[in-house]
Amino acid sequence: MTEEIIIAGFGGQGVLSMGKILAYSGVMQDQEVAWFPSYGPEMRGGTANVTVILSDERISSPILNKFDTAIILNQQSMTKFESHVKPGGTLIYDPNGIVKHPSRKDINILRVEGARLAIEMGNPLTFNMIVLGAFLKAKPVIKLENVKKGLEKSLPERHHKLIPLNLEAIEVGQANLEVVQTV
Amino acid sequence: MGELRLMKGNEVIAEAAIRCGCDAYFGYPITPQSEIMETLMAHRPWEESGMVVLQAESEIASIHMVYGAAGSGKRVMTSSSSPGISLMAEGISYMAGAELPCVIVNVQRGGPGLGTIQPSQADYNQATKGGGHGDYSLIVLAPASVQEMHDFVILGFELAFKYLTPVMILADGVIGQLMEKVELIDQRPRWTNEQVAEISGNWATIGKSASRKKHIITSLELDSSIMEQNNIRLQEKYSLIRSQEVRYEAISCDDAEYIIVAFGSSARICQKTVQIARKKGVKVGLIRPITLFPFPEKIIAEYAAKVKGFLSVEFNAGQMVNDIRLAVNGKTKVEYFGRMGGIVPTPDEVETALEQKLLRG
Repeated sequence: MTEEIIIAGFGGQGVLSMGKILAYSGVMQDQEVAWFPSYGPEMRGGTANVTVILSDERISSPILNKFDTAIILNQQSMTKFESHVKPGGTLIYDPNGIVKHPSRKDINILRVEGARLAIEMGNPLTFNMIVLGAFLKAKPVIKLENVKKGLEKSLPERHHKLIPLNLEAIEVGQANLEVVQTV
Repeated sequence: MGELRLMKGNEVIAEAAIRCGCDAYFGYPITPQSEIMETLMAHRPWEESGMVVLQAESEIASIHMVYGAAGSGKRVMTSSSSPGISLMAEGISYMAGAELPCVIVNVQRGGPGLGTIQPSQADYNQATKGGGHGDYSLIVLAPASVQEMHDFVILGFELAFKYLTPVMILADGVIGQLMEKVELIDQRPRWTNEQVAEISGNWATIGKSASRKKHIITSLELDSSIMEQNNIRLQEKYSLIRSQEVRYEAISCDDAEYIIVAFGSSARICQKTVQIARKKGVKVGLIRPITLFPFPEKIIAEYAAKVKGFLSVEFNAGQMVNDIRLAVNGKTKVEYFGRMGGIVPTPDEVETALEQKLLRG
């Protein structure tokens, strides 16, 4: 199994930390993992993206231009990355702020209203975990128990009290994944 | 098995430095390697082991602090990115001349000048052909994974003290920012004064007893007949390094008709290219030089007699390709493909270049 993922959105949406939790969860599942962020001025606003690779084998390139799954969280990233999903691959997006919805016919398209659900949960910071939940529903490549361990490993001790809320957000995401099209 | 962690390449340089018992780090922040000093500062190793971590006023000051501390037989390191390494070039030449051990990390970014903060390998020539003035070489290690960022700090110090020479870890923004699993060594103590005396007592300035000659650490020698002897001694050392310390990895080369040569993160990208091309039935392999000096010229010369061509893939305008051409010595075709200025090629792009430059060429 090798899963090559791009997560892309605005800086501040928790794109990089979502990728980090996913990568840590992969470590907990004894997988090889790579996490490679866009770095530079985009960290201070603008778009941010991170490549996460989970694999049973040694990982070759952390630089990719085709992905099994793209998790897209703003319009700029949609414009940039829709074409980079492998044929037969999966695109998951939050429709919030999207004006040009994905139009490819050769990929699975799924959506989750992460921004709306996060506000309904009463904590906008749960957004990235809702999206992670939706991803795990679409691509169950990591067991939930390992995600929990991943959260424990990647969050500093002082934030461990937030783990139940994060797990709840993941469940919300899993329950609210909508299928737009499958191939 | 040591502790397993998920870490950034830059962070692991700091972690490995502390764990291997490094005595001091002097540096000045610059993207994309600032996490090295940030991680060191966050760990506060001076409270545990007495390791010194100091932000100097400039890169020039950093390298000369390294010079001073190395002269006392301590294990010292610094790190920077391309423009900062240029500022250090004079000090590095002095250290090579004075035969001082140290580890220097260059997490390369695109140049020339202030350039960009995005990844590059455009300092290959600077690292392997000098950078500073005079006839000297550094041992240059090119990590291609976060694990190697860890391992090469430890190896770097071993080689630096074995040959009394500065060792450079030539990384780039990709490996510095990349996060992967890494197995860490257990904490080792810093050398005691007795150990320093045992290991480096025949040259280091550790306090002169009445009975021995003064130890003078300098690259200066105004008597040319002696200076020539110093140069001869340095060149003999580099010959020994060439014969003893070549490291490389050969992937899928046994039946290869074409060979890609790439180092560092470029080699990671090319590994994927090899997979893609092999699926199409192209018999291609990858040679990854791990030491850039000494360059693995022998293995390349051996394959030159067997393969239809080499492709050097670098994030620069074509620098290592010249070393490959020297090793191949006209026996087969040698082509170059690369991107510059902080642009990193994708595995598909490299595969297209392989087809255009070697398969159809």
